[in-house]
Amino acid sequence: MNRSLRPLAATALIFAIAYAIAVMQFPSMFSTRVLGNFLTDNAFLGIAAVGMTFVILSGGIDLSVGAVIGFTGVLIAVLVSWAGLHPLVAFAMAIAVAGAFGATMGLAIHYLQVPAFIVTLAGMFLARGGASVITRDSVPINHEFYAFVSDLTIRLPGGGRLSMIGLSMVAIFIIGALIAHRTKFGSYVYALGGNPVSASLMGVPVARTTVAIYALSSILAAISGIVFSLYTSAGYPLAAVGVELDAISAVVIGGTLLTGGYGFVLGTFIGVMLLGLVQTYIIFDGTLSSWWTKIVIGILLFLFIVLQRLIFVASAPGEKAARA
Amino acid sequence: MMRRTLGKLASPQLLALVGVLLINWLLFPNFFRITWQDGRFFGSLIDVLNRGAPVAILAVGMVGVIATKGVDLSVGAVMAVAGAVAATMVVAGYPAPVAVAAALLVGLLCGLWNGILVAILEIQPIIATLVLMVAGRGIAQLITEGFIVTFTDPVLIYIGTGSFFGFPMAAVIALVLMVAVTLIVRRTALGLFIEAVGVNRAAASLAGIRSRMLLLLVYSLSGLCAAIAGIIVAGDIRGADANNAGLWLELDAILAVVIGGTSLLGGRFSVPLAVVGALIIQAMNTGILVSGFPPEFNLIVKAGLIFIVLIIQSPLASRLAPPRLRPAVKGAAK
Repeated sequence: MNRSLRPLAATALIFAIAYAIAVMQFPSMFSTRVLGNFLTDNAFLGIAAVGMTFVILSGGIDLSVGAVIGFTGVLIAVLVSWAGLHPLVAFAMAIAVAGAFGATMGLAIHYLQVPAFIVTLAGMFLARGGASVITRDSVPINHEFYAFVSDLTIRLPGGGRLSMIGLSMVAIFIIGALIAHRTKFGSYVYALGGNPVSASLMGVPVARTTVAIYALSSILAAISGIVFSLYTSAGYPLAAVGVELDAISAVVIGGTLLTGGYGFVLGTFIGVMLLGLVQTYIIFDGTLSSWWTKIVIGILLFLFIVLQRLIFVASAPGEKAARA
Repeated sequence: MMRRTLGKLASPQLLALVGVLLINWLLFPNFFRITWQDGRFFGSLIDVLNRGAPVAILAVGMVGVIATKGVDLSVGAVMAVAGAVAATMVVAGYPAPVAVAAALLVGLLCGLWNGILVAILEIQPIIATLVLMVAGRGIAQLITEGFIVTFTDPVLIYIGTGSFFGFPMAAVIALVLMVAVTLIVRRTALGLFIEAVGVNRAAASLAGIRSRMLLLLVYSLSGLCAAIAGIIVAGDIRGADANNAGLWLELDAILAVVIGGTSLLGGRFSVPLAVVGALIIQAMNTGILVSGFPPEFNLIVKAGLIFIVLIIQSPLASRLAPPRLRPAVKGAAK
């Protein structure tokens, strides 16, 4: 087997084992109903995590995604409920705003030469503050389009339902994987994460790529915000607090190297599913408190970071020896 | 020596603090009025010192971490853990000094854990401390069993809300800590070692600095400071709230350090200026509150502030500035 696929295989194996254990304990977890809800409940996290994968692949980090999700939700709710626009128009406007926002962060990161986390931290404050200034309360959305979308489901045998938003997450993962592995932009992202100096010497347009990466991350966060608003039928300025941390965790658990340059979009999908499994298991169990979710995610994060470290340390001298 | 001290007083950070305070005074004419009541001072200015103390204490710990080119995202969660430990132990009947000592020890261990991940396993600091940031609140909730543990212990409450010669206890603790850490790093070679590791860890190790030991020390100090801040916050509200204690304060602490002129790329740092940075943030918060704006404006003002500081610190600005002010490290962002 290709050795570069090993971390991905490890993640998939751990997910399979964890799911098997969960099913052995609660046989009802092995049903299309649970699996369908898996996709629906984690859709917004998954979409944001695709953007985060690109950012981390390029060696950066984006702390603003949770705030952008919250801001998008509020913007859409206000545009639809107060200004009376059609949701699709509101969606387009929200994506445009988020794209400009992410591009600005990318420009700041490249031209001011400052670490990504402090720029996106400012972005997080700005987006969260902006959402709270628009409204401090939850704004409900009552539009026939929302009812139409939430009725749009595919029935599966066994009582399960594949919802529109669950399917859109899967679609975005597939598109993300194609962009990462089959386009010029994708290889630029990997090159930048591997070594920005050699990337720029090889002719990678570093400025353009950096701007595009952060714009993409914010656009995907906005789509995630749209999904979140379809999921909750409301906009709330404090929605999705801390989603950036879940997204980073999912990316890391999915086997993407934190220093950039190595990883798979598909791995992030497994990471998101693993986080969803932890949550579902804790709900099924009923006696465990919800704060165990955080501890288990922390432990998983730690295990995968150490695993990455070990693989990295073990493979580095070996490759050198093979070359010599 | 005297001239150097005067020169430090005219630093842009202190001028900014004075500027923010003057704006507050224009918006709210009673801002500088301080009254003496029930054996302690009262007034907006005292409020800035009192409310700014937790972030100032976090900043004292954070400044060393950032000077070594790291960052500690877990301080908010460690605050929650330390507060939870102190509160549950006091409620369980242990004497307050034991509870405080245990909470400090837990904070120290949390810091040591981060230090081990960064120094020995060589994991990027953002991610290494992210583990505890995510799991820490869960641990805190495990300790408090999901409740907000309230207590009536006079010693803990005194740490959070008491007064020392009329000044709020929290501010006094922050001041003592700032002076102690400044003396330790500036009267010994420790500060120089930290800067050396931050600028180039490999070179520092080759020059004979035990960089692993130093990183462990710096992260442990950050954990200890977070525990102190956590005890103060718990004492202030007379309870340990695992969900909200110290929430997002790590970001304020990082911001305070950055405002204080410490480069995120490691190297040059200043403990007192980081504390001034914390006071600037708090003065803005208080200003926004007393002048009647909704508190949400805080976030936008903070974002603007980060942007201004970044532009001042950036290579673009240094090309326009006199050479003396140019940042020592250049182009090392990645």
